[in-house]
Amino acid sequence: MAVPALRGAPARAGVKPPRLSFIRQSLTIASKDLRSELRTKEAINASFAFAIVILLLFSFAFEPTQQQTREMSGGLLWLVFAFAGALILNRSFARELPNDCLDALIAAPVSGAALFFGKALANVALLFAVELVSLPVFGIFYNVPWMQQFWPLVGIVLLGTWGITVIGTVFSAMTVNMRLRELMLPMLVYPIMIPGLLAAVQLTTPLVMGQPLGADSMIWLRLLVAYDVIFTALALALVETVLVR
Amino acid sequence: MNPIEAAGVWKYYGDFPALRDISFGVESGACMALLGRNGAGKTTLLRIVAGLAHATRGEVRICGAGARDTRARLSIGVLGHGISLYDELTAYENLALFARLYGLSDPSKRAMEWLERTALDRVKDGRVREFSRGMRQRLAVARAFLHDPSVLLLDEPFTALDDRAIALLQSLLRDAIGEGRTILISTHQLREALELATHVALLVRGRLAYTGERTEQMLEDTGWLYRHYGEPQPARA
Repeated sequence: MAVPALRGAPARAGVKPPRLSFIRQSLTIASKDLRSELRTKEAINASFAFAIVILLLFSFAFEPTQQQTREMSGGLLWLVFAFAGALILNRSFARELPNDCLDALIAAPVSGAALFFGKALANVALLFAVELVSLPVFGIFYNVPWMQQFWPLVGIVLLGTWGITVIGTVFSAMTVNMRLRELMLPMLVYPIMIPGLLAAVQLTTPLVMGQPLGADSMIWLRLLVAYDVIFTALALALVETVLVR
Repeated sequence: MNPIEAAGVWKYYGDFPALRDISFGVESGACMALLGRNGAGKTTLLRIVAGLAHATRGEVRICGAGARDTRARLSIGVLGHGISLYDELTAYENLALFARLYGLSDPSKRAMEWLERTALDRVKDGRVREFSRGMRQRLAVARAFLHDPSVLLLDEPFTALDDRAIALLQSLLRDAIGEGRTILISTHQLREALELATHVALLVRGRLAYTGERTEQMLEDTGWLYRHYGEPQPARA
């Protein structure tokens, strides 16, 4: 087969193309993941359906009109987000398995940190989309004035989602070659998520009941921010070791 | 300094030594055929050279840099067992994605050039999952060559290729050797590999049993090296 030569500058060994910045590499990975997911809708459809079903079942299990149920609604909400998130996180690195795509990404001049960060960004976007759809459903089923503190609530949901996603994305890379990864991922990540989830629940409960965050909530906010920062730094430092063994 | 240098490479899987004290170099413009029966350690060695796995002991250097160094990764083109392409993306999107990841100055133009070169430009907007096997393989070859690598690492590249893809790959590899690129090719298909190779290495149970120039005798009798070292000859040789 005759192969036509390339037009323009001839290929020369040793010529180094310009390197992409960390952020641009991450955004390239994130946009690839989002495009793949939006075409197949494998994870997001399952996650969305799961979130709605769990919210519905919880509303049957607990009496939504009772004050006590409203007070634990923040916890219910984060349970739903964590369970629904596991479905998205499981797919994060698993989508690289067909055709050995992960090998091509690891062989490319993309740092493990940029690969992780891009995947984490895509996971946050997908999980946040599920959360945004779940919130109105939650408001209807549990009869809570969740819109009254909308922007603070969005901020806390984003902080909590980032924490869940960072841990989940690293463990998704760690469990990608395991046979029982769908089971292993939640088993490994949920215990580590406890501090972040605890802070997110404490901050979310007053917000979904329409109350602003008080001074006593600041300790939880600091815990959530610290959790996000520490685990993001740990993940960025460790992911290369996780990917190349 | 050789573009590919391995020094004292060991790789253990648990207690099992998959590679034992492997040392070799591939000089610029050389094509080394890495031979050995199944389980000899060819893929493990290629993965370590490609920076996809760490050696338990020893070191691999690509163009003077460690195998996981960004400089080394910019220099390497890898074609492995899988096509390493996303089924749900189009042919163009796949190539443009890797062109971006390799930091090429005009990813779109580069992707289109390689689509034309592999005669896939008419189906550039088709998703890879809709492609025939031969088309997928040609696109995989385009992905591996896209960023103009000076070192090519090919693991069983002729396996399951259709005639058109074999002809494309052989043509590209001959051009690459002519341009002074360095090639390490692992294969069971001795005829195709030995026609291209300037050097040969034989792995036997994780050890490098032979390394040297490819001789005319090897080309005339492709199973000679295996027989000489008491190894069963691959069925397709």
